[in-house]
Amino acid sequence: MNPSPGTVAKSEVLFTVNGETKKVLTYPMERLLDVLRNELELTGTKEGCGEGECGSCSVLLDGMLVNSCLVPVGQARGASIVTIEGLSAHAPMNLVREAFLECGSAQCGICTPGMILAAVHLLEKKPEPALADIREGLAGNLCRCTGYMQIFEAVARAARRRVSK
Amino acid sequence: MRADPAEYRLVSPGNLQAVLSLLAGEPAQWLPIAGGTDVMVLYSAGKLSNRNLINIWNIPELRQIEVSPDRIRIGAACTYTALRSDDIVSREFPLLATAASWTGGIANQNRGTLGGNIANASPAADSLPALLVYDAELTLISVRGERRLPYRHFHSSYKKTALAADELIRDISLPRRFAGYFSHTRKVGARNAQAISKVCLAALGQITNGTIRDVRLALGSVAPVPFRLNETEHAVAGKKIEPSLLETARKSAISEIRPIDDIRSTARYRAAVAGNLVAEFLEKLAAAGIDA
Repeated sequence: MNPSPGTVAKSEVLFTVNGETKKVLTYPMERLLDVLRNELELTGTKEGCGEGECGSCSVLLDGMLVNSCLVPVGQARGASIVTIEGLSAHAPMNLVREAFLECGSAQCGICTPGMILAAVHLLEKKPEPALADIREGLAGNLCRCTGYMQIFEAVARAARRRVSK
Repeated sequence: MRADPAEYRLVSPGNLQAVLSLLAGEPAQWLPIAGGTDVMVLYSAGKLSNRNLINIWNIPELRQIEVSPDRIRIGAACTYTALRSDDIVSREFPLLATAASWTGGIANQNRGTLGGNIANASPAADSLPALLVYDAELTLISVRGERRLPYRHFHSSYKKTALAADELIRDISLPRRFAGYFSHTRKVGARNAQAISKVCLAALGQITNGTIRDVRLALGSVAPVPFRLNETEHAVAGKKIEPSLLETARKSAISEIRPIDDIRSTARYRAAVAGNLVAEFLEKLAAAGIDA
């Protein structure tokens, strides 16, 4: 039997966001994306397509890159979440940010937080990616401005600098 | 219109027995959700009719890969990322590892699960033709007990499956007897990454002195369900791979499948590509010359 309107109760969700413990009172089927943006005011996470195709809402959930539009917050209880706002604690982040600026990898900016999350996730798993690895690692992130080449170049540049350090 | 989260229940029993009890208590009322890569898309679009969801993402029994000398047993909630990074899957079941690498981008591979792909029953799912050629067997579990079902009997018609209302897919088991086969898979879609297939082939073969000993062919997106080409397999078994056989195989494949026109492609294009993919596989098999 379907729940009749008004019968589903909000409940407390406790999780770690960017290293801080957070408690929100919400419906368990609220999308993680909406909780981050509306309850926690972390608006760096963007909504693009809302159906897991574009990667604009990427966050790290227990270290894994995920689309936060496809995660009901009830599945994130006890999890550790990193958004673009908290990414500077991750080693490759500053190099990726610098390279994005130098290469002109951001235009309208909607895809940028997701691109950077995906790039950092890739570099943590594969410090010396080939171009094919970069293309694959970012294939779930759509950009309608740059044509991608500037983004791929930035990730390659960040990887080279990180390895030579 | 977007769904209202206040109208949907999501419970997290946290262990398999509690999930099964809930399913049995109110059969057909509960929809399991693992990585949500299909369910959440429907939900967000306001098209999810089932308003009671059970979280199975956090059930440890469903996330394991168990290996025995003759089988590998993949928990239904294993993600594509887990499949891609498993040594035995990569080495002995490369068609499945490759299909996992084609399924969405990395973020969706981190959440999407093999059991979810099976239960969602899309005829265009990339991992399902691989399961057909590897003779996968499913373990279905409920409070009534477990039963084993060959995967080829799971899909009865478009989006219809053999899963009872109180059952869950527990694992997908593959026999470890295909390591010596030549394997080949090819996806034809609008774009390599993320795009849903127009046609997808998974194939295994063995030849001796140029003669086909065994061949196993399955296609996605060419019929209401993932499709094993039994007639074409039969038509080429025991034959020498030569140009006339490629033509026979191509024609047989085209007559056997039941493609449709839809937003991604046309029946005519799909039939032509399906025939080409089968012929291409046989050419590659001949060139590889794997004798077992």
